[in-house]
Amino acid sequence: MNPVNYLYLAALLFTIGAAGVLIRRNAIILFMCVELMLNACNLALVAFSRMHGNLDGQIIAFFTMVVAAAEVVVGLAIIVSLFRARHSASVDDASLMKL
Amino acid sequence: MENLIALLVAAPLLGAAVLLCGGRRLDKAGHWLGTLLAAASFVVGVVLFADMLGKGPEERAVHQRLFSWVPVEGFQADVAFQLDQLSMTFVLLITGVGTLIHVYSIGYMEHDERRRRFFGYLNLFLAAMLLLVIADNYLLLYFGWEGVGLASYLLIGFWQHKPSAATAAKKAFLVNRVGDIGLSVAIMLMFTTFGTFAFGPVLGSAGEASEGMLTAIGLMLLLAACGKSAQVPLQSWLGDAMEGPTPVSALIHAATMVTAGVYLITRSGAIFNAAPDAQLAVVVVGAVTLLFGAIVGCAKDDIKKALAGSTMSQIGYMILAAGLGPIGYAFAIMHLVTHGFFKAGLFLGAGSVMHGMNDEVDMRKYGGLRTYMPVTFVTFGLGYLAIIGFPGLSGFWSKDKIIEAAFAKGGTEGWILGAVTLLGAGITAYYMTRVMIMTFFGEKRWQPAPDPDTTAGVEPGVEAAPGEMPHPHESPKSMTVPMILLAFGSVFAGGLFSLNSAFVHWLEPVTDFQHGHPPVSAAVVTTATVVVLLIGVGIAYAQYGRRPVPVVAPRGSLLTRAARRDLLQDDFNHVVLVRGGEHLTRSLVYVDHSLVDGVVNGTAAAMGGLSGRMRKLQNGFARSYAVSMFGGAAVLIAATLLMRAV
Amino acid sequence: MSFPLLTAAAALPAAGAIVTAAVPAARRTTAKWLALLFSLGTLALAVAVMVRFDPGGDRYQLTESHAWIKDFGVRYELGVDGIGVALIALTALLVPFVVLAGWHDADPLETHSKRWRPTQGFFALILMVEAMVILSFEATDVFLFYVLFEAMLIPMYFLIGGFGDRAHAGGDDRAAAQRSYAAVKFLLYNLAGGLVMLAAVIGLYVVAGNFSLTEIAAARASGELDMATNTERLLFLGFFFAFAVKAPLWPLHTWLPNAMGEATAPVAVLITAVVDKVGTFAMLRFCLGLFPEASRWATPVIIVLALVSIVYGALLAVGQRDIKRLIAYASISHFGFIVLGIFAMTSQGQSGATLYMVNHGISTAALMLVAGFLISRRGSRLIADYGGVQKVAPVLAGTFLVGGLATLSLPGLAPFVSEFLVLVGTFARYPVAGVVATTGIVLAALYTLVLYQRTMTGPVKEEVRAMPDLRPRELAVVAPLIALLLLLGVYPKPLTDIVNPAVRHTMSDVQQKDPRPDVEAAK
Repeated sequence: MNPVNYLYLAALLFTIGAAGVLIRRNAIILFMCVELMLNACNLALVAFSRMHGNLDGQIIAFFTMVVAAAEVVVGLAIIVSLFRARHSASVDDASLMKL
Repeated sequence: MENLIALLVAAPLLGAAVLLCGGRRLDKAGHWLGTLLAAASFVVGVVLFADMLGKGPEERAVHQRLFSWVPVEGFQADVAFQLDQLSMTFVLLITGVGTLIHVYSIGYMEHDERRRRFFGYLNLFLAAMLLLVIADNYLLLYFGWEGVGLASYLLIGFWQHKPSAATAAKKAFLVNRVGDIGLSVAIMLMFTTFGTFAFGPVLGSAGEASEGMLTAIGLMLLLAACGKSAQVPLQSWLGDAMEGPTPVSALIHAATMVTAGVYLITRSGAIFNAAPDAQLAVVVVGAVTLLFGAIVGCAKDDIKKALAGSTMSQIGYMILAAGLGPIGYAFAIMHLVTHGFFKAGLFLGAGSVMHGMNDEVDMRKYGGLRTYMPVTFVTFGLGYLAIIGFPGLSGFWSKDKIIEAAFAKGGTEGWILGAVTLLGAGITAYYMTRVMIMTFFGEKRWQPAPDPDTTAGVEPGVEAAPGEMPHPHESPKSMTVPMILLAFGSVFAGGLFSLNSAFVHWLEPVTDFQHGHPPVSAAVVTTATVVVLLIGVGIAYAQYGRRPVPVVAPRGSLLTRAARRDLLQDDFNHVVLVRGGEHLTRSLVYVDHSLVDGVVNGTAAAMGGLSGRMRKLQNGFARSYAVSMFGGAAVLIAATLLMRAV
Repeated sequence: MSFPLLTAAAALPAAGAIVTAAVPAARRTTAKWLALLFSLGTLALAVAVMVRFDPGGDRYQLTESHAWIKDFGVRYELGVDGIGVALIALTALLVPFVVLAGWHDADPLETHSKRWRPTQGFFALILMVEAMVILSFEATDVFLFYVLFEAMLIPMYFLIGGFGDRAHAGGDDRAAAQRSYAAVKFLLYNLAGGLVMLAAVIGLYVVAGNFSLTEIAAARASGELDMATNTERLLFLGFFFAFAVKAPLWPLHTWLPNAMGEATAPVAVLITAVVDKVGTFAMLRFCLGLFPEASRWATPVIIVLALVSIVYGALLAVGQRDIKRLIAYASISHFGFIVLGIFAMTSQGQSGATLYMVNHGISTAALMLVAGFLISRRGSRLIADYGGVQKVAPVLAGTFLVGGLATLSLPGLAPFVSEFLVLVGTFARYPVAGVVATTGIVLAALYTLVLYQRTMTGPVKEEVRAMPDLRPRELAVVAPLIALLLLLGVYPKPLTDIVNPAVRHTMSDVQQKDPRPDVEAAK
């Protein structure tokens, strides 16, 4: 199968993830969308690796997975503590980051 | 011997330093120290004079170079002195009259708690004035020139707690500063023309410069002289300067400082001789001031202001004579010296009268004082006879020569100038007779002194008991002795100077002398002078001697009223310069605040407004930040692709 | 290698700043004495620099050179010419008086806690400014100079914004707001100037390949380094803009009256007498030294700006109601004279301008510090609040008058010599400019005497009646300054001897000769 198709799939997944981040308010969904974008990147990286016959892309994919795992740990902790403080998982309720 | 020259300045300078920095410890002896050092300077002057007389006329000038003052590439200014016959004349006048006035002040200022400071200022004045006349270059002369201005400022404003005195002092300094522009520009012109401003090279090579340049230098020097010597149009400060203590008026504003302009013009004779246009300007200024001062002097009821008008007028004579060139320089200086004697004597006499009259200055409240103050009456009377040019007395010899020289100028100019000087002589006789009669003759018009708060010109320090009859009395010895000595000068100096034209020959090596030939014989001029004089005296006698003098000044004619206000010159200054200046500065302050600063503050405000708007983008919603991130990334990628494609 | 005297002269006050700042809160007086001691030590080193400097020797002496940032060719390169020596001496001379005059300016009020520390900070900041100013007079590396030029803003900012007049310190919110406005304005103006200069510094590096003043000037003189006309002009303008803000020249002057008005008198002296001199000094050293052609090109405009500064500053001084702002505007007028002298491009003008920097420093210090003593007694800066002080405090009034007379350039006091030199030097080349500048002497007399008349003479005001005369500490500040004014007014030769050779070098930098006198030229 033509590896370029994987790239199209990756772009599609990334777009879905990005749209989710921009549109949805629920922090958990937001989080999942971010994961989707990361995984879209992974897919692209592995596809490139295959296309160019070079292992660099696969190695970076592993790095990305580690980062994603770390991100989940930290992110979930933040979401849980936010939920405890505000009784809501909506990101728009946490808009203190302004002047 | 020439090493002594510096001592002339050093002695009074030391006095000033000690007296002004010494503190209250010196209060008891300060005046003696000041007088002693002034006298020391006089003695040094006499010693140098004796030495000078021992030499031939051409070798009399001596020089002393102390140190290099401002050594800069292409610019040399030294502290160096030159004592020639002209300087010597001034040195003797300044130290001689100066010492007498120091002595007089011991008595006059006796009750003033700041007497030590007064003597410090007087010493400072002497030092600066001596520096002015013995400097050997124009820059050092400028130093002395400003120094006397400072001393004059300090002394006019000596009674600083009186606002009028403080204002008068400031005015004198400011008007003089306008004149100083003239002197500094003249020095700059000399520098660009001759590359130096030492007397020797500048005056020696004056002929090599273009006439236009010399005229410019001459006019600038004239401006300087107008400021210092109270000549029209910069004369307005002299009348107000009478706010100072009377000895100051006698020394600075009659005998010495105000004649510095005459010195400057005479000293720069070589420049003026080669610039006829500048000379003409000098003559015109002299002639106008001569009449201006005389007219003002006729209308004033304040004895000191009347004398101040007279000073202006007499200096007008000198300036006029100096403007005549080599036929007049010597006579200008001669009149300056005799005037120094009799005018100082007159002022001291006026001070003595005020001293005895609870510091009343209004002549309408004098009268009949001759019996109460005999010494003052006689000395003042001799000074009066001298100034009006009574035959045989000092003023006659010097003024008559100036009138002759004015006629000798030749042509229509000569006739006009001669007529003006003659007319001036007549008016002088008129106003001086008026002063004399109002003060010493007639009924006594003094009354209980009014409340000091309402009286202008009450000199404090001297006890003015309100509501008490003034009881005129003769002044103490320390005051009368200087008056007597000055009266001797007023009587005999002129005659002495004229013996074999001694004074003219004495000055000739410095100022050059040409004998002027008036179109009519000298005897006719002299006769005319005496006739005019008698007419002036006669009119004054008819007006003031034959009828009682009203205590309250009558309204008077338009001219009288204008003359009382200094011919409206002050009003003009006030409206144009003072008011105009106030408006200008006020509007500039506004411009600076709202325009110059406003541009900057406006920029700052615009920035603030802009960032205030930008701030709204920062709304705190994480998702809107994410939009801008995605948008930015998309734009970047698009741009990269686009660049590739192109 | 010989002893690095120049580094030491800057390092000593810097060390003093650190030591002073480290003194414990309660030992306030110790900190003051330490600051005074360090500033006197610096003065001693400055005297040593003066003695070691040989007027007949090389252009830059006592040089030191070490690599700093090798990749960009930035070096720690020091050296002084006569102009630098004179200004180092001025700085080192004035700071002890500033310290002594400000002895009580940063004392804690009763409302402050025991652990209040700014007293130490005040004196440490003053020493910090001194260190940077001295080093900037020594730097012959353009980048090093730039860094110092900007860095000295930081301590100055805190000095202006942090310490106001005693009368206003504490609860007065409005005064505090004005003070912080003044400090921010000072900072922004000078930063803006500095940024433009930074661009020019980078531009210079791109063109010349290094930052060394001496090397660039030598390469330019020998023709090795050829700059395009427009490049040179742009670079010149970049440098000049920064220096004109600092100097300050009309119309970039409005920060000065605010800063001098709001700061305490000693800090105001530090601004106008010390820090601002870096601006005019740099015009002489960097503008004329690096860009002679462009300097000649810009001369007409700069002379007009200088003339405007002279007349405008003086007229505004006449219209002021606040003593300190009046002195600030007078300073603007005087800076006009300095710039005029520099750009008249004659020996007399440039020697005069250099002397003017020194003399203006001393005379303004004398006048401003006495004014500060006066203000601290009454707690008001408004002229109208005074009157008749002469009667109750004659010594204070007398010293104030002498300071004022120095400001109006009375012969016998130092400023006269420099002002006259500037006027003569200007007149020789630009007669009209010379005459216009001369009107400044009348206006100077006007604002000085009006100030003296309104504050010192007339009937004694009720609030002034109990005013004490100068205290010994205050007299110790004023008397030496006045003595120095008199000395330099009558015998400025020691100073001119040092300055003249440096001016000769600058004149050859800009390839100018003095105009010859007409009579001589005709022969």
